[in-house]
Amino acid sequence: MNETLAFILEWVIKGAVLIAILLTGFAYTTYFERRFLARIQIRVGPNRAGPFGLLQPVADGIKLIFKEEVEPAEAYRFAFLLAPVMTMVPAVVIMAVIPWGDKVVMFGREIALAVTDLNVGVLYLLSIASISVYGIVLAGWSSNNKYAMMGGIRSTAQMISYELALGLSFVPPILLAGSLSMSEIIQGQQSSAWYIVYAPLAAIVCFIALLAEVNRAPFDMVEAEQELVAGYVTEYSGMKFALFFMGEYIKMAAVSAIFATMFLGGFDGPGVDTYAWLGPIYLFLKIFGLLGLMIWIRATLPRLRYDRLMAFGWKVLIPIALLNVFITAALIVGLGI
Amino acid sequence: MANFERFNPIPILKGLYTTFHSTFFEPVVTVQYPEEKRPVSKRFRGRHHLRRYDNGLEKCIGCALCAAACPADAIFVEASENNDDVRFSPGERYASTYEINMMRCIFCGYCEDACPTQAIELGDQYELSFTERVQAIYTRDMLLDTVDELEKATPRKVEPGAFDRSIPMMENPD
Repeated sequence: MNETLAFILEWVIKGAVLIAILLTGFAYTTYFERRFLARIQIRVGPNRAGPFGLLQPVADGIKLIFKEEVEPAEAYRFAFLLAPVMTMVPAVVIMAVIPWGDKVVMFGREIALAVTDLNVGVLYLLSIASISVYGIVLAGWSSNNKYAMMGGIRSTAQMISYELALGLSFVPPILLAGSLSMSEIIQGQQSSAWYIVYAPLAAIVCFIALLAEVNRAPFDMVEAEQELVAGYVTEYSGMKFALFFMGEYIKMAAVSAIFATMFLGGFDGPGVDTYAWLGPIYLFLKIFGLLGLMIWIRATLPRLRYDRLMAFGWKVLIPIALLNVFITAALIVGLGI
Repeated sequence: MANFERFNPIPILKGLYTTFHSTFFEPVVTVQYPEEKRPVSKRFRGRHHLRRYDNGLEKCIGCALCAAACPADAIFVEASENNDDVRFSPGERYASTYEINMMRCIFCGYCEDACPTQAIELGDQYELSFTERVQAIYTRDMLLDTVDELEKATPRKVEPGAFDRSIPMMENPD
């Protein structure tokens, strides 16, 4: 009985810590993005609130909390209120299967540094990642606004085309590890090399598909300012807008963590076998680097035209991803990796 | 498969190099405004100044030509008499009231052109913000240049007959 209680407590604490990290991490992801983007554009960025502008996210948060919540008169209220939640929750939940480190001993217990280790972790990732698109579509549809509606429709089309490539690009790591479990994929990379070495093409396809998955530039068709005002968030204000914003940035961090786990060895790094606490630090550094890469790409590339985006997804990414599956399978059979 | 050449990665890599270069090798162009100000151009038209001669007398003779020239009707001038015992400016009259409403002023510089004694000049100050409407009205005291020596202050007593002409011989035409 006592053992069960401790187990439940452990899970609750791990979950709470993860959520706390994600929510503060979200705030500082926006800060990081604004500062880094500014530097790329030879500007300074927010540097007034607090030392180096570090309190800027706090100021933004306070401002958003106190903003008036405007709701369109003809909006479908239930869906309108549900949509931000539908976007935000999957973004947080998705991180549950990502291991942040090996086992550590605390309070006389051996604690695995992961909220949970599903044996079908990759499937979980794919399915949860797709849920947030419902939030976007709902937001677009319930707002009763043509721009929001078009943003929502674009997001469905985009998701369908890129989800396939994403799923296919996960196949090489799965084949190499022989498992769908995230921790076993990481173990596989620890025992051989990071899978980006074995399947660089899959890594590239995966990264592009993930960019499309989180609606980041150059795939930000969903909220293309120049065409659609703000896309699906056009009618949202105050904290409801903040929830979308949060969902988007947490998902950025989440997909970075997924990419790091699948191709960059997750928490793997020098010395992680002896000091398990290095694991979260390595994972954080990898996520940080990938976020930087996303921002760098955003600052560089113009938005794709809508038909090009679809053509790219169906005619380029999916064939490459398929080809890569065959190559990896052939390598495994032929060379016995 | 004809689509592959459309998605040539080389320009993308070139673009990424450009942004990489700007991030790490180009200095920031931002001017941190309140602490750091960019110089204005030589001919910048900012806040007005009422000038003085080298001897400290006010150049303004209260003729109100600036008020007449002002397209925005921002200037109000009221002239009074002065004499050798109480002298503000050369000649008969001086501007006893001189007000510029900075909310009306369009900084066209016509007042400067109209002035027969070159008393009014537009300076380089551009930080003219107010929290109340009355603060927008710049009075004579605010516009007039300060004097650095006490004996140059106006009004003052001068030797009789020395400053009879409103528009002097332009010995000091600055």
